[in-house]
This record gives sequence, C-alpha cells and structure tokens, in this order.
Amino acid sequence: MFEIIVKRELAPKIKLLTVKAADIAAKAKPGQFIIIILGEKGERIPLTISDCDSREGTVTFVFNEVGKTTMQLGCLNKGDSVPNILGPLGVPSEIKNFGHVLCVGGGVMIAPLYLQVKALRKAGNEVTTVIGARIKDLLIFEKEMKEASNEFYVTTDDGSKGFKGFGFLEELLKTRKFQHAVVMGSVVTMKTVSEMTKPYSIPTVVTLTPIMVDGMGMCGVCRVTVSGETKFACIDGPEFDGHQVDFEELVKRQRMFLPEERLSSLLWEKLGGGCHGRKA
Amino acid sequence: MAEKPKPKPKIVKEGIPMPKQKPEVRKHNFDEVALGYTEEQAVSEAERCLQCPKPQCVAGCPVEIEIPAFIKLIKEHKFDEAVKKVKEKNSLPAICGRVCPQEEQCQQQCVMGKAGDPVSIGRLERFVADYEMKKGVEAPPRQPPTGKKVAVIGAGPAGLTVAAELAKLGHEVVAFEALHKPGGVLVYGIPEFRLPKRIVAAEADYVEKLGATIKPNALIGRLFTIPELMKSGFDAVFIGTGAGLPQFMRLPGENLGGIYSANEFLIRVNLMKSYAFPRYDTPIRVGKKVAVVGAGNVAMDSARSALRLGAEEVYIVYRRSREEMPARVEEIENAEEEGIVFKLLTNPTKFFGDEKGWVKQMECIKMQLGEPDESGRRRPVPIKGSEFLMDIDTAIIAIGRTPNPIIQRTTEGLETAKWGTLVADAETMKTSLEGVYAGGDIVTGEATVISAMGAGKKAARAIHEYLTNKK
Repeated sequence: MFEIIVKRELAPKIKLLTVKAADIAAKAKPGQFIIIILGEKGERIPLTISDCDSREGTVTFVFNEVGKTTMQLGCLNKGDSVPNILGPLGVPSEIKNFGHVLCVGGGVMIAPLYLQVKALRKAGNEVTTVIGARIKDLLIFEKEMKEASNEFYVTTDDGSKGFKGFGFLEELLKTRKFQHAVVMGSVVTMKTVSEMTKPYSIPTVVTLTPIMVDGMGMCGVCRVTVSGETKFACIDGPEFDGHQVDFEELVKRQRMFLPEERLSSLLWEKLGGGCHGRKA
Repeated sequence: MAEKPKPKPKIVKEGIPMPKQKPEVRKHNFDEVALGYTEEQAVSEAERCLQCPKPQCVAGCPVEIEIPAFIKLIKEHKFDEAVKKVKEKNSLPAICGRVCPQEEQCQQQCVMGKAGDPVSIGRLERFVADYEMKKGVEAPPRQPPTGKKVAVIGAGPAGLTVAAELAKLGHEVVAFEALHKPGGVLVYGIPEFRLPKRIVAAEADYVEKLGATIKPNALIGRLFTIPELMKSGFDAVFIGTGAGLPQFMRLPGENLGGIYSANEFLIRVNLMKSYAFPRYDTPIRVGKKVAVVGAGNVAMDSARSALRLGAEEVYIVYRRSREEMPARVEEIENAEEEGIVFKLLTNPTKFFGDEKGWVKQMECIKMQLGEPDESGRRRPVPIKGSEFLMDIDTAIIAIGRTPNPIIQRTTEGLETAKWGTLVADAETMKTSLEGVYAGGDIVTGEATVISAMGAGKKAARAIHEYLTNKK
C-alpha cells in the first residue's frame, strides 16, 4: 500500500498525486515510469514519474482523467492509498551536458518534462523550454517551468495563450543552435516537433506512451517500430529517437481498445457518477 | 465407477478415467476441465499400483517424490499421511498434480504401462493435495532460525520451491515478485480452466506459512540490483526469473491490431481476468476467426481460451506435422474435443489489415517435411507457390518465449549463454557470481513447471550447504 500525501488539481481533469514509496524514490530517475493497479479488479496502467524525492521517500505523478482507472485514481484523496505500484520501469534518460537543449512538453506530459528540465540544467545545459496545451486552462507547471528554464515559451492550439500552434518553433530553430531536443507530449506533438528538428539534424528524444500491461517486457503490447525494427517501449524505451519512430503505427496501436475503454468509462460514470458518492 | 476395494495383487489394466466437464459445456466457461477423483476413485486407482520393490516411477520424478509410499497410504485411506508424504519432497502438489507432464516422467516409467494404463500418479497427487486443501492446510513446525538471509528473485515454480525448501530449514527467505501476485507462469500463463488461480494462491500461501515472505511489485534489477541485495544483508540470491519474453515472427503486418503475443493474450485473460471484462478492468478483444500460430501447450491454452471468449472458429496453425507438435497429448486431445481446428504443415508469411489497422487476413504457405534438423525433428520446407489467404480477425503468436532480460542487463559479471539464458552449474545451479544461484527457464530456456521445481530443489540444497559452510 502506498499512501497519498499530496493531491492537487492542476487543471480541469489533470491531477497530481504524491505517494510514499521510499524504495522507488531511492531509485527513480528522469525518463522512468511506474505501473499502478487499483485493487483486485483493476487494470495495470503506466504513468511517467514527474518527480521523486529520495530523502522524503516520495514519488509524484500527474495524470489526465481520460478513462475509468484515471477517473478512479482521481477520486483518491490525501490519506488514501494506491494498492499496487511497480517501478521504476524503463531505461532512464540520458542526462549529460549536451550544450543547448530544446525541451518541448505537451499536455499532461509537461509534468515529467519538468523533471528532465531540472536534471538537464543541473548537468550544465542551457535549456529552452516550450510548453503547450489545447487551451490555456489546461496549461500546467507554467510558473515552475519558467523558473527552471533559461528561456521559456508557451503555445496553445487555439492561441488563447502564447503562440498559436508550433509554427513559431521554426524561428527558434533557425536562430538558436540546439545540440539536443527532448519532446514529451501527445503523438501529434512529438511527431510535429521531430519533423521540425530533423532538417537541423538535432538529435530528438521522444517518450512513447503505447498501451502497456506488465511493463517489463513480457506481453509485447507496447511494441513500436523504430528504424524499421520492433522494439518494446517498456524495456527498450520509453525514450526513442524521434526521427526514427513510426508514429502512425503508434497512434493505431494506442487506439486498439478504444471501444472497450469507452465502455469502461461509461459504466463507471453511469453506475456511480463522479466518484461514486465520495468527495474527490 | 465406484468399485469395492479388491484383493491385492490382481492386475487391473485399465486406469480410472479422470472425470471431466463435457466438451460442449466446458468450451463456454473458464471453470476447471478436470474435476478430480472422488475418494473411491482415488482408492481404486491406488490399488492398481504394484508397489514395486524397485520403483521406476521415482526415478522419473524431478523432485523425487516417494510415489509408491504415498499411493500405498491412499490405498489404506490414510489421506492425511499420504499428503504429508508428498509434501516431504514437493511443496506445491496441487499445482504439479495438474500441470506436470506425468506421461513423460513418473508414469512413463510405470511398469503397469507395459501391459495397460500406467498408474495415474498425477491424478492421485492432485487428489491428496485437494483433499488437504479442502480441510485446511497445516504447516509443519518451523525450524529454529539460522540467521541467514536468502533473496529469491521471481515467485514462479522455481522460486517458490527454493523459498519453501530454505524456509523449512530455518533460513530467512524473501521472495521478490515483479507482478502483483505470486505464481509466475502459474498465474499469468496457465489458464484458469487448467489450473484454478485459487490453487496457486493457496500453495503460495503455504510457502509463506513455511516462513518465507513474498514481496509483490518488486522488479529486481530496477528496484534493487543483485549487488545491492547482497550489500543490504542477503547472504545468497536465487534467480528464478523465467522465460517470459515473447517472440514474434518478424513478418510484415505483425504489429496490426488484433495480433497478440500468446503472453499478452494469456496475461490479459489469466492474470488480469479480462474474461470477466467489464467487471474486471482489463479489456480483451477476440473476433470470430482466430488463428493461433504454434502447437505447444501455450498455443493450446491460447486457442482454448479464445474459444471460451466467444470465437466461432479457432485454428492452430503449425508449420510441422501432428507428430512434431510439442504440446502434451492430453492438451491436444482436449483442444480437439472442444472443436479447435488444426492447420498443419502451414506457416504464416504476412498479415493484412483493414483501414483502421486491424488484422483481416493472414497469408500462409504450405510446408512439407524435409531432412531432420539439429532438433532431430524433420525440417519444414515451404512449398513454392502454395501461398493462400486465411480470413481472420485475431491472431495469437505462440512460437515460444525467451528469458526475461532485466537481470542480465542490470547485473555485472553474471555469465549468460546463447539466447540470454544464465549459465549455471548443472548440479548446484551456481552462477558465475559468488553466492548467486539460478534455475528454471532462466537457465534452460522455456521448459516445464516441474523441471523448474527440480532445479529449485537442487539450488536450495546447494544454497543450504553454502550458507552452512559460510562463516
């Protein structure tokens, strides 16, 4: 059992939980993820670690309430416990002094990107950060990111805050000389940014979030095609070369169980509504 | 069927058949197929045992159960004593009685088999284990603590055996299991209808009653490394991480939706209970026409599970012929009875999908058998121009599993062999690292539950000796 000691709502449907998990906190590094299971009937879902504190023995993650399990997770409060957490999983990010690094984060993945930005700065890099969301209300970690980065930009799909879309990146890429890029966000964001950095030959690392079950190499549902080869995101990744990933296949594989996921969510909402009577 | 006990040395050629659920019923449910002997049936079967003065069966048992002795106790209606006899050598009898390939081991050696059916040793083992479980399992009194600590990595058949054996001797044992439940392949791989999960839970519980601790959700290599375990006070380590990495065929279209590795399919169905979706949260989708590629036990388990999930047609697609099929005969018969169709001498070459990226067809080529290959089996050779299409909407790839790689990737100095297995001494199961032992599929590659348990017994013996001599 892993006790929740902090719960925050960062934006509508985007929540942050900090849990007591001393062993995981002692080991977790940027780029890694955990798998949580909520009870006997629960599914296993992967969540990217967005912070860990080895002294306090805590692990933090941020999630979007998009399906039954994340809605259920969002209903847990400070003092409640997450029954099962497995981790840290995946290969840690390469953190070293690259020089000037471009960090792009979209949606809920801005949270784990924050951990990378901090680590990259600590390693001596100059970091230019871009965070984006659909609309301005969904932007998270804006203040923290601004403070952690040397240079900072905001973009929204509808232009409600900062730049509209990723078009402005072209100007940044032209005028700065980046040695490395890190992109964490939706497949569309990762694909768009990877395509933009490619002509400049900037090594671009993306974090893939395919469907996972065990998270340690046993099922292969997270298989992705990188450089024409099948890789397992859980043990070979989750970070890969953004210029080599078959994003179209990834999108299709992410949607494989959409009808079932919708049914689960619907049942959860219809049969109880919200948190089934509990205060979220 | 309930016969009166007969006077002794009479030879009864025919064994008591295992009562089973009828095929047309069982193919629609996940309940156990084999129902188990009644007391009368068990006693009648036990009476067939000739109590050979030099029993051959024991030599065929990887964990050396005193088979004639426990069968004699059944014959005498001393069921409690019979189960104690079995448990002297095997801490997981309800599991072994169900999934051991007895026909290739103890029963193959049975003298009765020469004239008729061998004594059904496995069914009798299951009978006594179930008998005890119904009454409530008692653990033997604990040995005084030795003060030595052993870390077991992986709570599957090998790891649970090591944990049980060493706990019985008074060592402090912690078994680290990466999944959220103990059992390894027994919970994620073997279906409920062959091995009910309550049986696995009960036998894992027994291992804890013997004094071992099982820590779930602990992936060694990532959470702690082996050197870290040693530094934190463990005197010895046993690696029993199994062969759980699925193999794919590397064919065009293999990453389409609806194509599962057998491991994914079985993990969803068995460990996550997706057959009860949406009551359980993990989904699974099985179409009307399912092709299972491969013909081992895992393939049979996958095919029979697909049928139970509502598939209308389920095919086993196998590149060799019936004779070479690696599955247990009993499992092949069960599959056939349930209506699984065997497409032999057939090998997939390509998958085609619909506009949504879901598989809709599988291209196959006909095969013929050529000269024997290094495995001794005749090599399948494609027949030129014999390609044909199969309409399918689900494919399950069951062509074997390779060792889990995380320990190897995170432990320096641990010697590995071809295919990523660990190198271990055949008798002591000692690896290239001091105090580190390994056994089961991680050493042999994919094999049986009982051979993993046999390796666990050897390792436990060697670890005990190592700990006793170590100052």
